[in-house]
Amino acid sequence: MSSPVETLVNNEYKYGFVTDIDADAAPRGLNDETIRLISAKKGEPDWLLDWRLRAFRGWQKMSEPHSWPNIHYDPIDYQDIIYYSAPRTAKPLGSLDEVDPKLLETYTKLGIPLSEQKVLAGVAVDAIFDSVSVGTSYKARLLEEGIIFCSFGEAVREHPDLVRTYLGSVVPASDNFFAALNAAVFSDGSFVYVPKGVKCPMELSTYFRINAEGTGQFERTLIIADEGASVSYLEGCTAPRRDTNQLHAAVVELVALDRASIKYSTVQNWYAGDENGVGGIYNFVTKRGTAQTGAKISWTQVETGSAITWKYPSVILQGDDSVGEFYSVAVVNGRQQADTGTKMIHMGRNTRSTIVSKGISAGRGQNSYRGQVKVLPRAEGARNYTQCDSMLIGNRCGAHTFPYIDVQNPSASLEHEASTSKIGEDQLFYCKQRGLNTENAISMIVNGFCKEVFKELPMEFAVEAQKLLGISLEGSVG
Amino acid sequence: MLEIRGLRASAGGNEILRGIDLTVNAGEVHAIMGPNGSGKSTLAQVLAGHPAYEVTGGRVSYLGQDLLEMEPEERAQAGVFLAFQYPVEIPGVSNAYFLRAACNEIRKARGLEELDPMDFLDVLEEKLKVVEWGPEIMSRAVNSGFSGGEKKRNEILQMAVLEPRLAVLDETDSGLDIDALRIVAGGVNRLRRPDNATIVVTHYQRLLNYIVPDYVHVLSGGRIVRSGGKELALELEARGYDWVEAPAGVA
Repeated sequence: MSSPVETLVNNEYKYGFVTDIDADAAPRGLNDETIRLISAKKGEPDWLLDWRLRAFRGWQKMSEPHSWPNIHYDPIDYQDIIYYSAPRTAKPLGSLDEVDPKLLETYTKLGIPLSEQKVLAGVAVDAIFDSVSVGTSYKARLLEEGIIFCSFGEAVREHPDLVRTYLGSVVPASDNFFAALNAAVFSDGSFVYVPKGVKCPMELSTYFRINAEGTGQFERTLIIADEGASVSYLEGCTAPRRDTNQLHAAVVELVALDRASIKYSTVQNWYAGDENGVGGIYNFVTKRGTAQTGAKISWTQVETGSAITWKYPSVILQGDDSVGEFYSVAVVNGRQQADTGTKMIHMGRNTRSTIVSKGISAGRGQNSYRGQVKVLPRAEGARNYTQCDSMLIGNRCGAHTFPYIDVQNPSASLEHEASTSKIGEDQLFYCKQRGLNTENAISMIVNGFCKEVFKELPMEFAVEAQKLLGISLEGSVG
Repeated sequence: MLEIRGLRASAGGNEILRGIDLTVNAGEVHAIMGPNGSGKSTLAQVLAGHPAYEVTGGRVSYLGQDLLEMEPEERAQAGVFLAFQYPVEIPGVSNAYFLRAACNEIRKARGLEELDPMDFLDVLEEKLKVVEWGPEIMSRAVNSGFSGGEKKRNEILQMAVLEPRLAVLDETDSGLDIDALRIVAGGVNRLRRPDNATIVVTHYQRLLNYIVPDYVHVLSGGRIVRSGGKELALELEARGYDWVEAPAGVA
C-alpha cells in the first residue's frame, strides 16, 4: 500500500466529489470486506483502515449489552444491516402520504414548512435549500478565525494529523460494544478544531454544515478546543426525524486542552415509533470528553425521541481545576425506554462536577437515570453535586435511578439529591381552574420542572425545546 | 346567575352532597357555613368541576349554561373562579408567567386581545395593590415555598387579575393571622361589583366580620339546613353548630 500522504493526495481527486461510484450500497452484512469497502469508498489512508479493522476485531469479541442497562430489546442481527450506502441512495418515500400521519401532525404543530417536512420524513425532494449558501458564508467567517468546521470525511482528507492525533483518544475503539462497532464502520460526522486562544464567535450547529444530510446511522464527531479556546456546539433538531435505519450508534469525542471550554448541546428527537413502539430508532450513543488543566466541558441534552435511548455523556476530569457538567432532560412516552445519565471521573486536584438530571415518564415509558461519580486517589479536593429528579405522569410508566459512587480520596465532597414527583390530579386541576387546558397545563408544569436544564441551552434552542416537550407529552394524561 | 337544584355528589362511593338547593344573583355575597365534614368544600370543588367528585344528581345552571356539562377550564373561562383551600405549588413556573397564561386564556374566551408581557405588567401593578404586595412576588415560582398566608393572598391576587363573574372562596380564612385576614378580606371587598357574585365557604364567623354577606346558609350532612341573613352567622357563633345539626329538633 502507498504511504498515507500519497493515498490522501490521490484520493482527494478521486473521491473528493460525489461521483457515480458512490451511488451503490455495500451488500448486507459485516466482515473485513465491508470495512475495506467503506474505507476505500471514502478514500481513507491506511492507518484509518487499520484502526477500523482493529476495532472490528475487538468488537467481534464483545457482546451486546443486555444485562446491565434497564432496557429491553431483541438481539440485533448485525449481518442484516447495510453498512455503507451513499446518502442519496437511502430509499426515499414517494410522498408524504406514506408517512405516519401522527408525525405529520407534529410537524404542523412545530410550524415546519412543507419542504422541510419532506426532508425530515425522508421523502425524496429535488429542491435545493438556501442553507447551502448560508453555510458557505458561515464557513468563511469561521475560517477567518482559523476554526475548522467540516465533515469528518473532509477532516480526514484535509487535516489528517489532527484526526490521527485525537481520534479514539477519548473513546477508544475498544471502549464498548457500540463504540467499537462505530469505530469499525462509522460513516461520517462532524469535525471541529478551535485554535489556541480563539473564542468561537458563533454557535456551531450541524444544521449549517454542508453535507449534514445522510451522515447516517454510525455518526462520529470529534471536537478539539486547543489551549484557552472555547466553543459551543449544537446538535440535533427539535423536529422528529424518521430514518429507515433502526440502529444508530454514534460516538462523540470532546478534547478540551488546558483552560479550554466546550459546551455541547443536544436536542434528540428521533422517531419513537408508533403507539406500540414499532419502527422506532434504537439510539446507542457513546459521548465523552477529556478536560485538561482548568478546562471545562458542559453537556446539555434534551432527549425526547427514539424507541430506546442508551447514552451517558461523560467527562474525564484529567487536569487540575477542571470542570465537568451534565444537564439532562429525558422524556419517555408511549413505549419508549431510556437509560441515560453520565460519568464524572475525577482525576485531577480540585476538580468539580455538576449533574442535574430531569427524567419525565408518561404513557408506558420507562426512564432510568444511571450516573457514576468516581474520585481517584490523586483527586485532592474533588467536588460533585448531583441532583436527580423524576416526574411521573399517569400510572403505567416507570422511573428508576441507579447512582454509582466510588470515592478513593478522603478530601472529596459529594452531594446527591433525588426526588420523585407525580403530576397530580390536584396540580392539573389547579391549572385548569385558572383556564388552562390539559395540554397547556402539563406543558407548563413539565417545563417548570425542567427549568434548571433549559436555562443551560442556547436561547432559541431552549424555546424550541420547551415547545417540543409539550408536544412529546400530548395525550399522556386521560 | 347561579341556580343549584337538588345537587348530589359523591367521592369514592360516599355520598357527600345530598340535595343542595341554592340561588345566587349578581351582586350578592353568600356565606356557606357548617361543621367539618358537612360538605362545604365539596360543594366548592363540584362547582369548579374537580374530577375526584362524581355528580350523582341534580343540576346547576350558570348564566343560562349547564355548568355540570362544562370542563373545568371552560368554567374558568366562563368566569367561575375557585380560591383554593390548599393552593397548589408549581415549581419552576413563575407567578407572572402562570398568571399571564391564565389571564390570556380567559381573555381569549371573552373575545379580548391577549396581553403581551409589558401590557400585562401594567395590569398587574394595579392588581398587586389589592393584596398590598410589591412586584417581587411575581418572579417567585407559583406558591413554591410560600407561607400559608402568602398562598391565600396569591389566590386573591389571581382573582383580582382574572376578574371572575362568580368567585367561590373555599376556607380562604383558614390559617390566616389577623393582618393577613384583613388584607385578604379587604381584597375581596374591593373586587365586589354589581355584576359579580361571591360564595364564601367558611367554618368560622370571624371572616364574615370583614366580608359581610347578604345571605348565610348552614350546611349539615350534605344539605342546606338553614338559611338567613348575616345575623344567622352571629347566632351560629353564639349557639354552635349543634343547634342546627338536627333540623328536626328545631323545626
